[in-house]
Amino acid sequence: MNFFVVDSLLMALLTIIAIMAVRQQRLLGVIILSGSYSLIAATWFVVLDAVDVAFTEAAVGAGVSTVLALATLSQVPDQEKKRPIEPLPLLVAVGAGLLLLLAVVDMPSFEDPTAPVHTHVAPHYITLSGSEIGVPNIVTSVLSSYRGFDTFGEVVVVFTAAISVLIVLAGWTRKRKSKDRA
Amino acid sequence: MQDDPVIRVVSKILIPTIMLFGLYVQFHGDFGPGGGFQAGVIFASAFLLNAIVFGMNKGRHVWSPAFVLQCIALGVLIYGGTGVAGMVLSGNFLDYNVLLTDPVAGQHMGILLIEFGVGLTVASVMVGLFFAFASRPAHNRLLAQDDVRQEKAQKTKPNATAKTKGASK
Amino acid sequence: MNISILLDQWNYVIVIVLMMIGFYTVIARGNLIKKMVGLNIFQTSVFMLYISMGKIKEGTAPIFTNDPATIYSNPLPHVLILTAIVVGVATTAVGYALIIRIRESFGTIEEDEITLALNEEAMAENLAEQKR
Repeated sequence: MNFFVVDSLLMALLTIIAIMAVRQQRLLGVIILSGSYSLIAATWFVVLDAVDVAFTEAAVGAGVSTVLALATLSQVPDQEKKRPIEPLPLLVAVGAGLLLLLAVVDMPSFEDPTAPVHTHVAPHYITLSGSEIGVPNIVTSVLSSYRGFDTFGEVVVVFTAAISVLIVLAGWTRKRKSKDRA
Repeated sequence: MQDDPVIRVVSKILIPTIMLFGLYVQFHGDFGPGGGFQAGVIFASAFLLNAIVFGMNKGRHVWSPAFVLQCIALGVLIYGGTGVAGMVLSGNFLDYNVLLTDPVAGQHMGILLIEFGVGLTVASVMVGLFFAFASRPAHNRLLAQDDVRQEKAQKTKPNATAKTKGASK
Repeated sequence: MNISILLDQWNYVIVIVLMMIGFYTVIARGNLIKKMVGLNIFQTSVFMLYISMGKIKEGTAPIFTNDPATIYSNPLPHVLILTAIVVGVATTAVGYALIIRIRESFGTIEEDEITLALNEEAMAENLAEQKR
């Protein structure tokens, strides 16, 4: 009962923030709302027992993503052009949502311990991680040791993204001179 | 922003504390939530705070952009190097059991090394991205470029109203 | 569609609502930064869908305690989503860098004005080629 109340309150807050972010026209407000969306989602992750994910989402979503967006906002105008609510994209979004709801009916029950996702590889990781690797945090042992190759790919993706940004935004090593202040 | 005494004093206290917390998260990733990615982002935010409060020139002096580039590559090399070390010691790629005589100790060593590589790369990527974004020319110069563009458009097409809708603040 | 099943899976239903809000922002709004924020909302709601699938009733975080009777939530979705979050922020950074360059090239970040400018450039190039 406790879990249900906290979960639904956080979800309601997330929906309100998302709708406000769509309707807001001042870009500074939109970016702050997106940062607070990430922060409330991080709280929600803790309620759902995903503490590592909550840590990463709070640091990355509410931290770095907001900083980069604000750095972009310093270069672009602050107001969005007024636009009416478009009927065709709304129809496409609602139609896609209804199709996904049809799929939700077939999914295993929420919080069910006998769902297929809990029966194949995950019990092996939970029972053998203590003896084979000896690290208390199961997520770290799966991330670094059992699925270490995927983490290698992830680090290379971060590296590639950094190189792409530095190529696109060339000239970042040049020292700032006083003539840059117009 | 460095003229404001409150911000200056508080950030001077906070920056070493943030770095210490980042290192704590890095090395305690085995025992609680944490690990390389979270630690890298937290460690980088100390340098970002320094650059925001005390100016970009001082921020660049602490961690120069050339060294940031080297650190981005060094982290990936450390990760790949640990994998190759497993192969050299007659195991598979990224096999940690062969790194030390005891397999469990070898796993611990392997996890420590790769998390360090991940943390180094992520921290230097965040700092490098911020330096790249914040080193663009000032916004006023962009507005001056906008005015020049509008005048050029009005000279070539005096009766077109399309280009005058360009970003005007 | 049985309404009681949907009420049972209310977690997934609200996650789908959030996904569609983000999706609508990406396809219906013209401002490039608004599109990036909508993409961010969409990404985070997909992560919420995966983490909802990993939760077990009366479970706890997947960190070993000394109590042998604890039930741990599934760590596998957590690992997937950790990777996905970091890859998401990497692509977001590249997107914002491109927005800055678009702003410097075209002077605007509204999608329809950029399309107009591109069409005018294409027409001017065609005219120059015909004169040759």
